[in-house]
Amino acid sequence: MTGDTVLDVRDLHTHFFLRRGVVKVVDGVSFSLRRGEVLGLVGESGCGKSVTALSLLRLLPQPAARTVQGKVLLDGEDLLTKSDREMRQIRGSKIAMILQDPQTSLNPVFTIGDQLRESIAKLHPGQDDTVMRRVIEALRKVKLAAPEQRIDQYPHQMSGGMKQRVVGAIAISREPRVLIADEPTTALDVTIQLQYLKLLQELQQNSDMAILFITHDFGIVAKMCDRVSVMYAGRIVESGPVRQVFDNPRHPYTQALIASVPKMRRQAGRLPTIEGQPPAFSDLPRGCRFAPRCPLADDRCRTTYPRSYAVGSEHTADCWKVGAAVL
Amino acid sequence: MKNLPWTSLFIIITMLFMAVFAPVISPHSPIDQTLADKLIPPVWEEGGNAKYLLGTDVFGRDVLSRLFYGARVSMIVSALTLLVGGGVGLVIGIVSGYVGGRLDNLLMRIVDAALAFPAILFALLLAVTMGQGLRTIVIAISLLLWARFARVVRGEVLAVKQRDFVSLARVHGCSPVRIMVTHILPNVMNTFMVLLTLYVGVVIVAEASLSFLGAGIPPPTPSWGLMVAEGRGKVASAWWISLIPGIAITLVVLAFNLFGDWLRDRLDPKLRQL
Repeated sequence: MTGDTVLDVRDLHTHFFLRRGVVKVVDGVSFSLRRGEVLGLVGESGCGKSVTALSLLRLLPQPAARTVQGKVLLDGEDLLTKSDREMRQIRGSKIAMILQDPQTSLNPVFTIGDQLRESIAKLHPGQDDTVMRRVIEALRKVKLAAPEQRIDQYPHQMSGGMKQRVVGAIAISREPRVLIADEPTTALDVTIQLQYLKLLQELQQNSDMAILFITHDFGIVAKMCDRVSVMYAGRIVESGPVRQVFDNPRHPYTQALIASVPKMRRQAGRLPTIEGQPPAFSDLPRGCRFAPRCPLADDRCRTTYPRSYAVGSEHTADCWKVGAAVL
Repeated sequence: MKNLPWTSLFIIITMLFMAVFAPVISPHSPIDQTLADKLIPPVWEEGGNAKYLLGTDVFGRDVLSRLFYGARVSMIVSALTLLVGGGVGLVIGIVSGYVGGRLDNLLMRIVDAALAFPAILFALLLAVTMGQGLRTIVIAISLLLWARFARVVRGEVLAVKQRDFVSLARVHGCSPVRIMVTHILPNVMNTFMVLLTLYVGVVIVAEASLSFLGAGIPPPTPSWGLMVAEGRGKVASAWWISLIPGIAITLVVLAFNLFGDWLRDRLDPKLRQL
């Protein structure tokens, strides 16, 4: 990983300090994002994906949550040491984000044009004509039909898919280095999902923006991402190039997850499920977090967290059993 | 413009007209005393005089003219207190709700204290220490109002700030002040407008009560509450002195409340669909 790396997250620990104790929601997460790359962050609900994203932007719920350790290097500069003012400059211009629900992502009392203008005007202060042109350009980029008419419309006059396009237009309007997409298609219906994903992909290929794609949908990961990191109970358990992880998942959790996705061309029997529940953050197992649900777990798994083993080029898995097989 | 609340609009507009054009439409001076014409009943009563349509009070002052000028006092007091009290409440509500945490706790406890304190008592205290007058009454009623505004606005802000467009604004590098002004404020304006109309009635009653108790507008300036107070000794023989301003207060307050209700239903699409 050389000069190409845009975002490098190292050993990130974000804890929630609650009355009943400290909850380690993100507990040692590391990943890096290269220019023009799409990294998928997958995991089930509540495994810490969104908190990871918010930690990068330093927009954690206050005062409960705090990032206690780690580095977030954006172009080599650690975001965790920036002042609040510097952070505000970075948000939107260097890291942008798309949220899950387009229905509430736009302010209902302003027109689409006004909301885009708010973002773009920061780039060209005092040049109304340029701003206006850029607003229409941005809407054209996200393939919104008839942008000249659309700019005077209010969010309630548009469909969910259109609104999410506008949100996308706002996100990319200042040409960020990194785009965090937190389940951007969950609230859209299936036909629109695919369109939107294609659009995101196109936008990404036309710039050298890197995307951190947060989802729980392996199908989307396969379609969108170059690499994938699988998260479980606050840690990344396996990461690698999408094809390798899909064809040859090594961590038992990843294997189980992939096995539970229905396949198109196979006779659908009963889908395998993962027994049990993910551990509560307040009561994490001492060793490997997946051990209580893992069919392969032995005593070592239950007492010591496994180290990370390289199982292919850029493909790693945190599992003792994998280690035993590799060595 | 269907389903406008015509009755309340009519009463409110009449009152505004009375207030604005009081000097033009008043047949007599509201404060000059004509002792020879004292206690004349309204024109439709026995002994009524067409010169004084609504009769005269103990000092021979024209009740109708005093009613017109009284509307003016009520309107000025309402406008000033809603501006001061409502404005302070709006700002504190937004800041408290948006910033949250310790500041929210502190501000809301102050609001609790302000709500717990008997407002009339406080106004009397102010009147004694600062002297009677418009300034005293505006301060007193503002102190009564701001906490109510702050509480309701804060509740609304708590709901608005959970919406994604606020998160998105933060994600895009908006400063807290900017978010409060451009994203929160316009979205709580509905509620604020409804509160304003609903509290006009409260202000008019508060002003009347204070004037009635002698802590409000000093005589001889006509205020509806003061007129009720002045006539109370003569209710049995000259009912019109108290009753006519009393009816005016009731009608106007009712009109503003009905209008406020209508406005709330109008501005809240969820309620409208029910």
